[in-house]
Amino acid sequence: MTKPAPILDMNLALMAPEILIGIVAMLLLLLGAWRSAETRRELVGGLALLTLATCLIILWKEGMHWPTSTFNNQYVVDPFSGFMKILMLLATLLPLMISWDYLQQHNLDTPEFFVLTLFALLGGMMMASSGDFISLYLGLELMSLSIYVLAASRRDNALSNEAGLKYFVLGSVASGLLLYGISLLYGVTGSTQFVEIQRFLAGEGLEHSRMVINLGVTLVLAGLSFKVAAAPFHMWAPDVYEGAPTPVTAFMAAMPKVAAFSAFYRVFVEAFAPMHAYWSNVFQLVALLSLAVGAIAAIAQSNLKRMLAYSSIGHVGYILIGLVAGGDMGHQGVLVYLTIYVFMNIGAFGLILMLNKEGIGDNIEDFKGLGHKRPMLALLMAIFMFSMAGIPPLAGFIGKLYIFMAAVKAGYLALAIAGVIFSAIGAFYYIRVVKVIYFDQPREEAFQMPVGAMGGVAVAVCAALVLVWGVFPASLTSTVILTVSTFR
Amino acid sequence: MLLSLVTFLPLAGALAIILLVGSDRPTIARWAALGVSLATFVISLRLYTGFDLTTAGYQFLEEKPWLPSFGIVYRMGVDGISMPFVLLTTFLTPLCILSSWESVQKRVKEYMVAFLALEAFVVGVFCALDFMLFYIFWEAMLIPMFLIIGVWGGPRRVYAAFKFFLYTLAGSVLMLIAILAMFFKAGTFSIPELMDYPFPVIFQLWAFLAFMASFAVKVPMWPVHTWLPDAHVEAPTAGSVILAGILLKMGAYGFIRFSLPMLPDASRYFLPLIFGLSLVAVVYTALVALMQTDLKKLIAYSSVSHMGFVTIGLFSFNVQGVEGGLLQMINHGIVAGALFLLVGVIYDRLHTREIAKFGGLVHKMPIYALIFMVFTMASVGLPGTNGFIGEFLILLGAFHTNKLVALIAATGVVLGAAYMLWMFKKVVFGEIRNPDVEHHVTDVNGREIAIFIPLLVLVFWIGFYPDPFLQVFHASVENLLMQAAVTKGGALAAALH
Repeated sequence: MTKPAPILDMNLALMAPEILIGIVAMLLLLLGAWRSAETRRELVGGLALLTLATCLIILWKEGMHWPTSTFNNQYVVDPFSGFMKILMLLATLLPLMISWDYLQQHNLDTPEFFVLTLFALLGGMMMASSGDFISLYLGLELMSLSIYVLAASRRDNALSNEAGLKYFVLGSVASGLLLYGISLLYGVTGSTQFVEIQRFLAGEGLEHSRMVINLGVTLVLAGLSFKVAAAPFHMWAPDVYEGAPTPVTAFMAAMPKVAAFSAFYRVFVEAFAPMHAYWSNVFQLVALLSLAVGAIAAIAQSNLKRMLAYSSIGHVGYILIGLVAGGDMGHQGVLVYLTIYVFMNIGAFGLILMLNKEGIGDNIEDFKGLGHKRPMLALLMAIFMFSMAGIPPLAGFIGKLYIFMAAVKAGYLALAIAGVIFSAIGAFYYIRVVKVIYFDQPREEAFQMPVGAMGGVAVAVCAALVLVWGVFPASLTSTVILTVSTFR
Repeated sequence: MLLSLVTFLPLAGALAIILLVGSDRPTIARWAALGVSLATFVISLRLYTGFDLTTAGYQFLEEKPWLPSFGIVYRMGVDGISMPFVLLTTFLTPLCILSSWESVQKRVKEYMVAFLALEAFVVGVFCALDFMLFYIFWEAMLIPMFLIIGVWGGPRRVYAAFKFFLYTLAGSVLMLIAILAMFFKAGTFSIPELMDYPFPVIFQLWAFLAFMASFAVKVPMWPVHTWLPDAHVEAPTAGSVILAGILLKMGAYGFIRFSLPMLPDASRYFLPLIFGLSLVAVVYTALVALMQTDLKKLIAYSSVSHMGFVTIGLFSFNVQGVEGGLLQMINHGIVAGALFLLVGVIYDRLHTREIAKFGGLVHKMPIYALIFMVFTMASVGLPGTNGFIGEFLILLGAFHTNKLVALIAATGVVLGAAYMLWMFKKVVFGEIRNPDVEHHVTDVNGREIAIFIPLLVLVFWIGFYPDPFLQVFHASVENLLMQAAVTKGGALAAALH
């Protein structure tokens, strides 16, 4: 790693998917201004989907990429980034599919919607490949700013505007913290590159700057924790999840989480690896708080989107346990849990979208008696809820099992016990949704709406994966094990 | 392949019913479910005919890697302890489906699907030889049972379903941690290998408590039994039958399959605790049963009391006690199942379960009264019925271990006779006080008699000639007692100080 960096280290082929997405996003912006309003969903949206599918195929074909870097270590491509990018692409493609009809019904299918989604994805993919705080920050801001706007995209809706503004203001504070932390670390280590920072931190004679380093690490931790909505940096999540249009919520509950967790890996597992003893303590606390907030605050919610916001805070807590535990098993656990989380979350939001009629469909009570009227949709919702609660034989259980195993193996027994206890508490509100669906009587006129083909396929895919990974988990874990095995 | 077939045939049947049968064709769903469950029962009989009575080893073994990175293996097999419970499950399920033929009228298709799924998971629990596989079946069973209580239950079904779900889940997650801790100690999830692994004593004590959190809720032992009366009262008849007949057995099965052989030192150390809780269950819940006005609640409390007997037997550490406990588990499955079916029969006719509303049923339903009497006597433990053999063996075994425990437990038999006979007298004999009984009650019909005949046969078969059943247990129980007698962790006293 000590070779002198060449003057022009530039390998564009490594970032082909990102370049494609960037170009298409800009073209779509032009196209949207040009073409008449009628064709825009089919044309712009169709092109966006096509681009995502193409990128998926490119990354899929490429397979496990040998770890390599370009732009003088600014940009890293390795199996981990490939895995995360595929996950992010799916976490963008599927939400677009489930919201296909909803967007048109609610007049949200402007070209900007698709363009911003693509830009957010581009930012996320950059984060996964970042080898330097600068590229990480660029990706993070591109993603965040796009999502702020998306959250406020229902301009005629006060809640949506509030969501966007709140997210923006709080997100800016978090970015500020992050930047401050980065600059402190730069001041001490003299570099923004993860490899350099790691080398510096592993070195000797840091006693006199320990305080600044710790402060810097803590600020970075706080800034990034905000992005995954880990408690105590979660305050924005419920309001934003509730206020944003549901397609945006589905998207922002999935893709940015994947991106932020890849950033966690780049920063904490690579750059701050020598500081594991320090940051793992902080993360233990964050994980514990997230579990508690996720399990307890969700009980009181009557709005399903808000409930899912708290539930995702809880899920983040579990993933953080895996991060704290570390080791091969911990890292595998993080990836497995994250993957499963993405699909069950998108599936649940997909069903909310399908059943949404003007005004109803956001409250848990609105789902009364779904089991009588639409048994198939009810079954899918039950699958997602039981999976989130971590009941076998559904995939959510495999994720939790992996995390708990990693925690027990690494000796974090107390954390594992807290995890299982909160998972038992959290099960209450998931099965409450099942109760409303199956035990209560439906209203007369409810649930007449048709199910669009595109959304139906997406939700069916999510449910199928949740079932298949639950019953045959090796199909997912074998890929994850390969990915993690190349970790430094 | 036999065990997989028995486990997954009901699940395949459930899937087929979901996909192929329309919601508006309840009759087809009923017949399909009955057919599938009967086929499963017939196939499962192969387990008995092909069973080798002379060995304590696991039979009908199957092994396939499932999650190789964790060493979790799809490993199935039965021995003399688990095989009878597989049969009990496959035997009771068709009876449950038959008993729901007319009483379940809404969403019949979903009901049948839930029942078949439940059967599959419960059979899986008894067949699993991998601890994680066991846990998966153990937890998966919550989903169909939650729905059965919650969708088809009585007026307070939502409360009962939640209580059932959360109690059981809270217990099992602690067990999960213990399973993981064991895995990292022993390096395997394989149940036979874990039985031979020498766990240190302190570890055993913690693991025992974690297991107990899970199994005690399921048994249920006092004081975590309170979910049971609620669940029983609100569940539909067949749900109660499965609950009493099979699900409660899972807890006791957990004690005998895991706690005793894997954690023998801790099992001996906590013996006073187990005996104490069991005695409270035997005596106290019997007294509670005396006070009940709801027929189903009374039988539910009697279940807790009887299961207290079972845990005393299982922890008596001798052949009579353990075999008596196992036999009593089977007996209780048959008798409590039958009693709940009997309650279901009058509930279908009178739509009440209050003891005060009955009385004089013998005048209108003589055959019913006769059947009811046989099962009441079996529950009381009259010689000649199966209940006598089980209780006698348990008391014999307990007497060897601890005379005081045997003495107190014996009072439970007396109290059991008191509340059962009192209940029987109030319900069946006397004058007809309720005009509904006069006008609306007809005797049991052919379908109902068909349900009770196999149960009656078993009551007397075990009562007069229990040897075939005890022989199935024998080799495995001897082996178990050898495992439970081992001192794994060195001298207990030394480790504790």
